[in-house]
Amino acid sequence: MATYDGFFDSLGLRDWCDAGAQDGPMSMADLLARAQGGSTEAAADAGSLWDLPFPSLDALAASCPAIPRSRDLTVGLETGFLGIRDALRVVVDPVTQPLSWMLREMLWVMTATPWWLMIPILLLITWAVGRSWKVVGLVALFIGLLAFVDHYQAAMETLAIIFVCAFICVLFGVPIGIAMSRSDRMQNFVTPILDMLQTLPPFVYLIPLIFLFSVTEPKLYGIAVILYAIVPVVRLTNLGIRLVDKDVIEAADAFGMTKTQKLFGVQIPLALPNIMAGVNQTIMMSLAMVVIASMVAAPGLGILVLRGIRNLELGTGLVAGFGIVLLAILLDRVTKAALARIDASASNR
Amino acid sequence: MTTDKPVKVSIRHLYKIFGPEPEAAMTKVREGMGKPELLKTTRHVLGLRDINVDMREGQITVIMGLSGSGKSTLIRHLNRLIEPTAGEVLVDGENILTWPEGKLRQLRRETMSMVFQKFALLPHRTVLENAGTALATRGVKRRDWEPEAKTWLKRVGLGGNGHQYPHELSGGMQQRVGIARALTSNSGIMLMDEAFSALDPLIRTDMQDLLLELQEELHKTIVFITHDLDEALKLADHLVILKDGEVVQQGEPQHILLNPSDPYIEDFVADINRARVLRVRSVMQAGPAEGTFAGDIAPDDNLESVIAAAKGALEPRFRVVRKGEVLGTLEMATVMRALVPRGSRQAAE
Ligand SMILES: Nc1ncnc2c1ncn2[C@@H]1O[C@H](COP(=O)(O)OP(=O)(O)OP(=O)(O)O)[C@@H](O)[C@H]1O
Ligand SMILES: [Mg+2]
Repeated sequence: MATYDGFFDSLGLRDWCDAGAQDGPMSMADLLARAQGGSTEAAADAGSLWDLPFPSLDALAASCPAIPRSRDLTVGLETGFLGIRDALRVVVDPVTQPLSWMLREMLWVMTATPWWLMIPILLLITWAVGRSWKVVGLVALFIGLLAFVDHYQAAMETLAIIFVCAFICVLFGVPIGIAMSRSDRMQNFVTPILDMLQTLPPFVYLIPLIFLFSVTEPKLYGIAVILYAIVPVVRLTNLGIRLVDKDVIEAADAFGMTKTQKLFGVQIPLALPNIMAGVNQTIMMSLAMVVIASMVAAPGLGILVLRGIRNLELGTGLVAGFGIVLLAILLDRVTKAALARIDASASNR
Repeated sequence: MTTDKPVKVSIRHLYKIFGPEPEAAMTKVREGMGKPELLKTTRHVLGLRDINVDMREGQITVIMGLSGSGKSTLIRHLNRLIEPTAGEVLVDGENILTWPEGKLRQLRRETMSMVFQKFALLPHRTVLENAGTALATRGVKRRDWEPEAKTWLKRVGLGGNGHQYPHELSGGMQQRVGIARALTSNSGIMLMDEAFSALDPLIRTDMQDLLLELQEELHKTIVFITHDLDEALKLADHLVILKDGEVVQQGEPQHILLNPSDPYIEDFVADINRARVLRVRSVMQAGPAEGTFAGDIAPDDNLESVIAAAKGALEPRFRVVRKGEVLGTLEMATVMRALVPRGSRQAAE
C-alpha cells in the first residue's frame, strides 16, 4: 500500500489506474525498496501525517501506475528533443553555417598574420575608435605583456572569437532593439526572451546546442556566445530610442519627416551614446562567455584556464586567468574611449 | 479693416476628447456635459469643445488662455500632430482631416512650419543644419539649402553662429534658430506654440519686436500661442481667448479690451497697463479734423505716448494722421476715459 491509494480509490479511479499500468524503468527508490523486501509497505502503514510525502509524480505513481513518473518527464523531454533535432538541424544548420565560416576565417587571419603586422593593425584600430594615445599605449603594453609570456596565440584566438560574435550581436541586436522601440507589442514579446537569456546560467544553453551541432563546429560556441552577449545591445538600443526627447520627435514630425528620415536622422544619432554603452557591455559579456565556451572547444585563453583546473596546473590556470583580465581591461578601455568620444560630441544636450 | 483679407486656415466645430473611448464621451459632451463633470463621470479629458476660428492670410492670430486651457492641443490640430474627435480643419478651403499621409506630409513640409516652446532643435546638428531642416527633409541638396539657411540665420541675427551646436547658444539664440528654421521652410503658415514663454522678459521683448519686424515684410499667416496677455495684445491682429477648451471671446484685441464679453475676460484684462496697450485708432473719433491741434499722432501710437505728448495736460486735441492722410481726432478726455476698465466705470456711474 502506498500513501495515496485511498485517494484514487475514493475517486473511483482504481480501474483506470491499473489499466494504464506501464512497465517503465524502475526508479532508484523502487530498487532500494525491493532490495529491502516489502519494507516500503510497512513504512507507509506506519506513516503518520508527519511523514506524508508531497503528492509528487513519483508518489502518485506509486499508488496509481497510470500516472507518469518524474523520470518519464526527463526521458520524454530528451526523446522529444532528439525527435525534432533532425528537423531543426535542416533549418538551423545552413542558416548558422556562415557563423562557422566567419569564426574559422577570423581565427585563421588573426593567428596566421605575423605578430609584427598584427599588433600595429590592432593599435591602428584602437586609434580609429578611441582617438586616444593613452588607450593605444595601454593596448600596446597589454598585448606586449601577453606575448612576452607566450600567450599571444591564445589571446588572438580569444579576440578573434569576440570580434566575430560582438559584430554579429550588433548586426542583429541593433535592428531588434529598433523594432522593439517602435512597437510595444514587440517589446512585450522580446523582453521575456531577453530576461530568460540573461538569467539562464550559460551552461544551460550549451546543453541543447551540443545535441544540435557537432562539437567540432565553431558555430557551437559562436551561438552560445552570441545568445549570451546580444542582450545588452538589444536592451540599450530599445531604451536609447525610447528615451529620445519627445519634443525633438514632435519637431521632426511637424517638419514632415518620414519614419525613415526620423530613424536615421534623429532617433539613432540621439540614441547613439546608449547604443554604444550596449556595445561595450556586449563585448564584455562575449569575453566572459568565450572563457566558459572553452568547455565546448572554443579555443583561446579559456582552454588554458580549463587545463589548469582539469590537471591541477595552478600556474597555467593563473597566468591564463590573468591574461583574461588584461583582455577585459583592454576591451573595456577601448570601447569606453569610443563611447567618451561620442558623448563628447553630444555633450550637454 | 480685418475682414477684407481671405481666410487661410479655418477651424470648424472642432472637438477633442482625450481618453480610451472618445466617441462615447463625445455623445455626453454634445448633450452639454462640462469638462470637470466629464472627467469625474467618464475619466475622459475634454481637450477642446466646439472651436470655430478663422485665421486670415497675412495676419497674426493669437490664441491665449491659462495653462491647461487647450492651446497646445488646438495648435497641434492645424498640422494634425493630434487627430480631432470631431470637426474640420480647412486650409485654403480644403479639409486636411481627409488627406492621406503623403499629402499631409507635404502640408507639413511646404505649407506649415512650427516653432516650439522648448525650441526642439536637433542637438546633434549644427545651427546651420538645423536652420536647413525643412529643406533638407524635402530632399533639397545641401548646396542648395545652405545659402537659404544662411540668409535667414543672418536675418534673425545669428549670421556668425552657423557652425555651432544648439547647446552652445543661449535660450534666446536657440529660439532665433527655431524661428530661422521655420522661415527657411518658406511656408505660408507659421505655428508658434508659446515660442517666447521660456525666455526672460528682455529677450522676450526683443523676440516680439523681431517677429513683428519680420511680419512687416513677410506677411505670413501666423498662429501664435501665449498665456501672457501683454504679449497677446502686442502681437495679435486677431485674438482668441480660450478657457477650459472653449472659446470665450475672439476678435480685434483692442475691441476685446474695451468690450470684454465675460467676467472671466474682465478679470483677465483688469491688471493690464491700458495706456501702453490701447492704440489711438481704437479710441479716436474718425472723421475730418477741424480747429486747432496740439500736434499730430499716428493711429498706431499707444495712449501712453499721447499722454506724454500732451505733457500731462487734459485740454489738448490731437490730429490722427497716417502717411499724410488725416484719419480723425482724439481728445485727452477720451483718452482718460478709455484708461478706466469698463467694470470700474460702471461701478462709478
Ligand atoms: N495626451 C493627453 N492625454 C490626456 N489629456 C491630455 C493630453 N494632452 C493634453 N491633455 C489635457 O488637455 C488639456 C489641455 O492641454 P494643453 O496641453 O493643450 O494645454 P495648454 O493650454 O497648452 O497648457 P500650457 O500652457 O500648460 O501648455 C489639459 O487638461 C491636459 O491635461
Ligand atoms: Mg502648451
